[in-house]
Amino acid sequence: MTRETMTSLQRVLTALGHQEPDRVPFFLLVTMHGAKELGISIKEYFSKAENVAQGQLSLRAKYRHDCLSGCFYAAIEVEAWGAEVIYRDDGPPNAGPPFIRTPLDIANLEPPLVEESPCLVKVLRALEIMKVDVGDQAPIIGVVMSPFSLPVMQMGFDKYIELLYEQPELFWRLMRVNEEFCVRWANAQLTAGATAICYFDPLSSPTITPVEIYSKTGFEIARRTIARIKGPVATHLASGRCLPIVDSLAQTGTVAIGVSTLEGLAELKTACSGKLTIIGNLNGIEMHRWTARQTENYVKEAIAKAGPGGGFILSDNHGEIPWQVPDDVLMAISEAVHTWGRYPLNQAGIHG
Amino acid sequence: MTELSDQFEKAILSLDRVAARKLLQNVDDSPLPWSTIETVLSTTLEKIGRSWETGTLALAQVYMCGRICEELIDTLTSGAIAVERRNQPRMAIAVLEDYHFLGKRMVYSVLRASGFELLDYGHQDADGLIRRVKEDGIEIVLISTLMLPSALRVGDVKAKLDGTTKVLVGGAPFRFDERLWKEVGADAMGQSASDAISLVKGIIGGAL
Repeated sequence: MTRETMTSLQRVLTALGHQEPDRVPFFLLVTMHGAKELGISIKEYFSKAENVAQGQLSLRAKYRHDCLSGCFYAAIEVEAWGAEVIYRDDGPPNAGPPFIRTPLDIANLEPPLVEESPCLVKVLRALEIMKVDVGDQAPIIGVVMSPFSLPVMQMGFDKYIELLYEQPELFWRLMRVNEEFCVRWANAQLTAGATAICYFDPLSSPTITPVEIYSKTGFEIARRTIARIKGPVATHLASGRCLPIVDSLAQTGTVAIGVSTLEGLAELKTACSGKLTIIGNLNGIEMHRWTARQTENYVKEAIAKAGPGGGFILSDNHGEIPWQVPDDVLMAISEAVHTWGRYPLNQAGIHG
Repeated sequence: MTELSDQFEKAILSLDRVAARKLLQNVDDSPLPWSTIETVLSTTLEKIGRSWETGTLALAQVYMCGRICEELIDTLTSGAIAVERRNQPRMAIAVLEDYHFLGKRMVYSVLRASGFELLDYGHQDADGLIRRVKEDGIEIVLISTLMLPSALRVGDVKAKLDGTTKVLVGGAPFRFDERLWKEVGADAMGQSASDAISLVKGIIGGAL
């Protein structure tokens, strides 16, 4: 077995440059499994920055994957806006009832200050701790919810779709407020130690929003917002399709795209070639009952389709691996990448 | 009928409520027969649902179309539909253990637009849902979930209901894992909101 010659950061940067590194980089986007490592509940785990930093570092040591994540849970952003967060023992905390109760609330909405939001300060502290430990060995991923997608938690999905279609002035007012928050939040994470920002934007997926509406809304918002983020940005559509908007995504300034299992990796690789690195697309839901053999086969299949030439980071398709995915599966993913992901790829082996 | 459905689909995809309404009315503005309206709406919504499954249409369009159809059926057919709804099985819908209501809202709209009436339980935990279903004598319960742990909880609900209540499930976990609905013991799964129409009809017809 060939020895690895690159750090995780070098490996990821090489892949992002559409070159082949020493092996396929892989991101295990495990936000909650750190609690298992520390033997504490999910609620206790997220109560302290030190827990999350230690959890992320422990998980990377265990599974030998190529990033650390500053993502706590999606609802943390609306928590900063004053929303309730509801914990459960076996999954990510959920956002409670929307805090924008009528569209008219948008008129007086102001973004929270990062430094005055204890939940966000906790994330920044976790990033600082991870940065001190890992230095430039591995990328640390900061996470923001896009201004275009955040309203699903701010006002509820149905009301937001109605706003998008029926009240353009209030929609754009909300986007302006959210853009300010998103830029501040992203840049604060970069200052704290994040290497890059993952811009979660499921609403921009053609699965959710028609392409013609996206081109006038989510696309323009992403282009403006990403231009003001002072570091590299990867976009994640959280299981949504992206093929019809690949060219637009590339024009937003993003360098990579989290792709869905709803679309084929080979087709995605062709569409994104030279423009965007693709991140994905192991099925995070089915993963909870994969056998070791199935896991190895899925990893081999993904590498065979998307690995050649670089421009590929193996990961799940949603950007968050469910709590129910057992450690054995995560370890099997790691073993398979370390066996079959070495460049030059063993074509006979991965197609076998 | 196909031409009418095609025109109606075009109207609601354009969010043209006026044109959509006119298509379901006679020249004197009286509504078309209930059976015609029901057929046009359910056929159109099922077609739109299939288009979403294949990636041709977006969820936002499906939602808006469902909402328009629900508005139309409420305003056009109140008398006729009341008679139809009396003969239906008792149905209810809920979001189980998470707080994402869009899927439930869409299924609710699609079923009401297709002439069915059902109770909306909103958000429920497993025990609360079981209690409500038993208290109300529900024969078909539709459960919407977004998160995997919530989807797995359907197994607890099914196990504690007697065998006469049919459990239909839908939502992202079930779409991304086509074996999951069987794993949790549900009676059927809908890929899209409009699948609820054929699933409910299947139960009424004895196919499920």
